[in-house]
Amino acid sequence: MRIALFVTCVNDLMFPDTGKAVVTVLERLGHQVEFPLDQTCCGQMHANSGYRAEALPLVANFVQTFSAYDAIVAPSASCVAMVRESYPRLAPSDDLTVVAARTFELSEFLVDQLGVIDVGARFPHRVTYHPTCHGLRMLRLGDRPRQLLAAVEGLTLSPLSGAEECCGFGGTFALKNPGVSGAMLADKCAAVCDTGAEYLAAADNSCLTHIGGGLSRSSAPVTPIHYAQILAAR
Amino acid sequence: MTGTGNVVTPLPFPTAARRELGDQQLRHNLRKATHTIRDKRLRVVGEVSDWEQLRVAGAAIKDDVLARLPDLLEQFEAAATAAGATVHWARDAGEACAVVAGLVRATGTAEVVKVKSMATQEIGLNEALEAVGIQAVETDLAELIVQLADDTPSHILVPAIHYNRSQIRDIFASRMLGVDASSLTDDPPALAEAARRHLRSRFLSTKVGISGANFAIASSGTLAVVESEGNGRMCLTLPETLISVVGIEKLLPSFADLEVFLQLLPRSSTGERMNPYTSLWTGVTPGDGPQTVHIVLVDNGRTDTLADEVGRQALRCIRCSACLNVCPVYERVGGHAYGSVYPGPIGAILSPQMSGEGANRTLPYASTLCGACFDACPVRIDIPQVLVHLRQRGVDDSRGRPSAERTAMRTMSYVMRDRRRYAAALRTARRGAAPLRLVAGRRGALRRVPWPLSAWTSVRDAPLPPKQTFREWWTREHSS
Repeated sequence: MRIALFVTCVNDLMFPDTGKAVVTVLERLGHQVEFPLDQTCCGQMHANSGYRAEALPLVANFVQTFSAYDAIVAPSASCVAMVRESYPRLAPSDDLTVVAARTFELSEFLVDQLGVIDVGARFPHRVTYHPTCHGLRMLRLGDRPRQLLAAVEGLTLSPLSGAEECCGFGGTFALKNPGVSGAMLADKCAAVCDTGAEYLAAADNSCLTHIGGGLSRSSAPVTPIHYAQILAAR
Repeated sequence: MTGTGNVVTPLPFPTAARRELGDQQLRHNLRKATHTIRDKRLRVVGEVSDWEQLRVAGAAIKDDVLARLPDLLEQFEAAATAAGATVHWARDAGEACAVVAGLVRATGTAEVVKVKSMATQEIGLNEALEAVGIQAVETDLAELIVQLADDTPSHILVPAIHYNRSQIRDIFASRMLGVDASSLTDDPPALAEAARRHLRSRFLSTKVGISGANFAIASSGTLAVVESEGNGRMCLTLPETLISVVGIEKLLPSFADLEVFLQLLPRSSTGERMNPYTSLWTGVTPGDGPQTVHIVLVDNGRTDTLADEVGRQALRCIRCSACLNVCPVYERVGGHAYGSVYPGPIGAILSPQMSGEGANRTLPYASTLCGACFDACPVRIDIPQVLVHLRQRGVDDSRGRPSAERTAMRTMSYVMRDRRRYAAALRTARRGAAPLRLVAGRRGALRRVPWPLSAWTSVRDAPLPPKQTFREWWTREHSS
């Protein structure tokens, strides 16, 4: 099985440790990972903002870059949702159907494709998990990330109240409607702080940047972390 | 024909939202009310084992109606006419108001009683009647509160959701004629009793009733109103003349289709298994109920909406307002921020389509695309999909005009479609950010960045890119 890592543009520039963590976890489980350098951005921001014409070349680049692989694994629920749910509407083609069906968010790949729950990680900390909207309602990740976290040695998982409510990020929404976005963020930060957790984990660094920015602004003692980095720790 | 009336927002959404966000009492009221209805809905929906099949059936029936709307409308007109009703057609809000005003004036009365109706709010009927000297009395408790307060509804189902009971007590005490202000408390039964006394004489004396309809049955010409308080039943049965204002998308092919919708609607809207009052009437029944029955079928932008292959699913809407109650944006700002009488997620896709995007162009952006609305919708309207579609329509319509956003999007698309340009851009971003580390705080975060990203740091810190991108790390690791 040829496995490709789709790191996503946000992680490439801002969160390289998340990409490294995916490589660490998959190699620990005995798999070889490739990183096709032709990959860039999935085009989600363009498409969701209404710039279809600008998104199409990025869709084409994604399909071309990853068509040779049996599995494409990404540490981002929203980018995978873009590929699987939105690509077929934007530019339907046979090649696209094949590539989209082989594109997985990390927890889907670990739990459904590899059948693994315990990835051999150790992380002796109290963690709370925020299920990001596209993972929750587009990919239907359900309990998968929490199952993986619960199997980590030493980790205590604290439930997050109102977990299924959006954090208020929403891509360009955060810039176009900063007031509403900030009001949603304040409620999410309060819920996170109430858990008493040291770390806030999620499947999307974009949402974590938003929530983390709010936590940092109020000097809250909670560190945002992509859950892949917890799975890589030992 | 483009829709008119109260479907156009006077202010851009972000501006109106900012105004509403400043009201702490409003936010508290909305949070309490939406969460209560949200939890009730989840409980009663969870009881129905075939809920998903019901949603699919509801969507399919509505799609069938939309696919053959002209035929069904003619069928409805013929059946209703045969049953003794008079059917009128209105292209927009102005025409609909003129028809109703003319009918009321012909009766010689100066007062009408109203059943809660979104269609009449949409066309601005109360204001239009007032302009010709006719007073419209709202008889739904929440609509009455809003009317007494000289306010506008902020929710499809619960128009006074933005008030708590002590605010309602104050409105009654100062605005309701004949109420004993000194002894009125904010106890809900006391408030209901005051409203009941206020309305009772109106029900018994008023000659004209005005309603909308939740459903219109094409095969029989029957109209249906679903309600909780019994005020509707009074208005539909006591007056001599009944005028119903009905959007053309309200049709169902046959009586049997109500089976699906009378399960979907109450559970989705009030979170009840069954609503207390369901009234159905077919034209005129001699000796029973209103002896003069008029039906005004209103387009007001619905035909335009129907013409859009993606956007037309908004016409499946049965006005349950489940999407409002689960929407994190609505919960923070309330209905007034949306301008139109249709607020929340459904309003964000319905209002711009009915009015033409121009006036409502900020509404499709009033969402994080979190998808909670789609999950809650009893007729499976994929609201996030339509929001993105309308954003696309807006972008396409304004092509050729200069815009900073378009330039940024085009530049990023150009850079990101090629690996070399992309890698160079990441390098530049990483290097450009390096000096900022000197001013960054303890966590390596920035408290303020310049426009256009200043909106980001208005409420949250911004991170800095690390010293090495992922691809730089990978290339170095795998170079040997």
